[in-house]
Amino acid sequence: MVPTKDKEKILTAIFWLLALIIVGILFSLIAYIAVRGLPGLSMDFILQAPSRAGKEGGISTTILGTLYLTAVALFLAVPLGVAAAIYLEEYARPDSKFAWLVNLTAETLAGIPSIIFGLFGFVFFVIFLGLGWSIISGALTLAFMVLPTITRTAQEAILSVPREYRENSLALGAGKWQTVCRVVIPPALPGIITGIILSIGRAVGETAAIILTAGSSLNMPLSLSDSTRTMSVHLYLLAMEGVSMERAFSTAFLIIILIIIINYLANLSLKRLAVNN
Amino acid sequence: MNPKIKIKTSDISVFYKDFQALHGINMDIQEHKVTALIGPSGCGKSTFLRSINRLNELIAGTVIRGQIYIDASPVYCKEMDVVALRKQVGMVFQKPSVFPMSIYENVAYGPRIHGIKNREQLDEIVENSLKAANLWGEVGERLNAPAAGLSGGQQQRLVIARVLAVEPQVILMDEPASALDPISTARLEELIGELKKNYTIVIVTHNMQQAARISDYTGFFLNGELVEFSATNELFVNPRDQRTEDYITGRFG
Amino acid sequence: MNNRTQEITVGTMDAAKLLAIRSFTRKNSTLGFNRDKLVETILMLNAAIFILAIAAISLFILIRGLPLIFKVGITDFLLQLEWNPTAGSFGIGTMLAGTLAVTLTALLWAVPMGLATSIFMVELAPPRIGTLMGSLVELLAGIPSVVYGFFGLIVIIPFIRNYLGGSGLSVLAGAIVLGVMILPTIINISRDAIAAVPLDYKVGSLALGASHYQSIRRVILPAARSGIITAIILGMGRAIGETMAVVMVTGNSTIIPHSILSPTRTMTSNIVLEMGYASGDHQAALFATGVVLFIFIVILNLVVNLTLKAGKNYGAN
Repeated sequence: MVPTKDKEKILTAIFWLLALIIVGILFSLIAYIAVRGLPGLSMDFILQAPSRAGKEGGISTTILGTLYLTAVALFLAVPLGVAAAIYLEEYARPDSKFAWLVNLTAETLAGIPSIIFGLFGFVFFVIFLGLGWSIISGALTLAFMVLPTITRTAQEAILSVPREYRENSLALGAGKWQTVCRVVIPPALPGIITGIILSIGRAVGETAAIILTAGSSLNMPLSLSDSTRTMSVHLYLLAMEGVSMERAFSTAFLIIILIIIINYLANLSLKRLAVNN
Repeated sequence: MNPKIKIKTSDISVFYKDFQALHGINMDIQEHKVTALIGPSGCGKSTFLRSINRLNELIAGTVIRGQIYIDASPVYCKEMDVVALRKQVGMVFQKPSVFPMSIYENVAYGPRIHGIKNREQLDEIVENSLKAANLWGEVGERLNAPAAGLSGGQQQRLVIARVLAVEPQVILMDEPASALDPISTARLEELIGELKKNYTIVIVTHNMQQAARISDYTGFFLNGELVEFSATNELFVNPRDQRTEDYITGRFG
Repeated sequence: MNNRTQEITVGTMDAAKLLAIRSFTRKNSTLGFNRDKLVETILMLNAAIFILAIAAISLFILIRGLPLIFKVGITDFLLQLEWNPTAGSFGIGTMLAGTLAVTLTALLWAVPMGLATSIFMVELAPPRIGTLMGSLVELLAGIPSVVYGFFGLIVIIPFIRNYLGGSGLSVLAGAIVLGVMILPTIINISRDAIAAVPLDYKVGSLALGASHYQSIRRVILPAARSGIITAIILGMGRAIGETMAVVMVTGNSTIIPHSILSPTRTMTSNIVLEMGYASGDHQAALFATGVVLFIFIVILNLVVNLTLKAGKNYGAN
């Protein structure tokens, strides 16, 4: 029989090993895509428009498409999501049925898979509202998808602001809304920004819902009613239709770099939140 | 000389859902005096304090019966705007809670909210308030430094300066010295003595020596009732109620 | 409230000052009070967006999908193995099987792995390593599914083809990729649950002479149980709903998978593969697939939100 002490040592080694495997998966994925994607990455690749369905040229229009779609989606979702968070944390009474339902539906919305959002966006924005496969249809769909992230992170940020700030402000004769604007939101801002950054990450990576609502046009996106293709959709089509593996690697690498930057920024602003409160 | 009653409470009862925190309190609080409220924790003294500036209403499920008059205006009536009330009745809390802004912005917070935008006017209010709170000498040179960098005692005086900047007539203090060291406490007590020339002060304290040192009148609360209310000297030297005597001689609480 | 003004003893108060206070009060109440009420109403309408969103999504998906399900018949639609939309046969039995196969295989390895990692992060690792692992897991969660799919296509599929046989496009490939993708969900939620167990429990157990591992197994894990179940269910929901990575690595044939090396098609893949060119009943059948998926996910979420999480908060997820 193995003595307990030795058994525990073996167990500890196994736990370390499992954790190392996860780290290994992450690094091998990034390293592999970096090694294969780096050679094809150049200023031309970023700045040139794709030609022959992406077989040649760069990916400039898909980068612009991603930016355009993300910007419009956030423009729609951020005010709504933050306002909802302020209502839930600052105004709603704890026993409010309405707030309970909002929290429940927000949680449910967060769990809905992107393909369902895609179906909804397709039938509602593309067909029912007649917006067609377009940036506006895609952005509206994406806005729904990132709303729970924005609201949840904003709620937590607001919750982390000490209660005393509110009491002191109200006791000085400030109104509720003045108090929210002047002593609650400013220290919570880094947390709210974290939610926005995470939403950008979601928008950059989203594929299924975008294909069904914004289409996959490689043309330069100009107006809100143009169809467009994001980098992720481009990667999917390059790989699945065997257009160009070299360009697929470079696109994937660019997406990963973006995601790493986004994650770094999100962490940075979370630290700011911790310092504030 | 005819003493003036600044705050009169008439039969004030406070309920939190099913729990009755205060049982019909009647108290006359005199102008330009320090009135101390003492009693064991949970006795209702803080609840009473918070009913004067209607801060109890922030807690869902609170019901308040009775009436409080400040000067002659009833506090609990439809016409009373709580914003205007809280401008007249400032409050200092247990934990010094400065906003995460500069020293200057903390003091200017109240005046700004009440619509003062003129920079010179604000500068003057900030300076006067800090001077009145005995803090100007320590921070006058670094008004733009973050307020969070001040010591606990300085923060509490900054909070008082922030209250003074709104030009209240009454200042409520909820155990303002409980988080402070002895030296800061002494400075705070000194400041309270100076402030009573211009303000009516009601202070909740768990420290009986402090109540005896700084107050003119003292009220003793127990289980939501005002057991005894009289001049401080009288209450401590010659209590009329057995329970008061038990408390101040340290037999419970 | 009663205004028994006659009771008051007014000291040196003069009538002019009293009037001034009164009029000041009135003026402000119309300015201040109403504005706050208005703001509250506006914010409340904003918050209602979530209720509207769920209502609209349910309504439009159901309207487009339900008629076809009733036309085909619920049991036939769910259990028929024949999917030939151009010839009018709509059975998603093979895809239900595919979704189940891929999801369960993924959970089989990702749950123990994720749980072990969260125990490691909270209980065993030095704090700095634990924090570092936390950020790496965040990064893992941030990488888009299409990138995972691409990696699976390029690396995992040739590997399976060369060493295990078959084409490589398989349930196994899907389960490997999906498992990695749901690891962050499982790790984050169960880590929060384990970290939320009061220190007293552990100290109490250690004081009784239990070893660290005994305490973890007999005290900490049972106390964190509902959080860990939440983690597994939400990980499952994520796996069922995942689309892009799965579509790229599972081969997408509409057959019942007979081994983990055989290709398969999930419900999500079915939608994204055929939506581009479907019309009429075919399109309705894809929405009907979405209805089934949607009901699955909503049930899983409601189980978590109404029972497991009732009264508890496991932090951000």
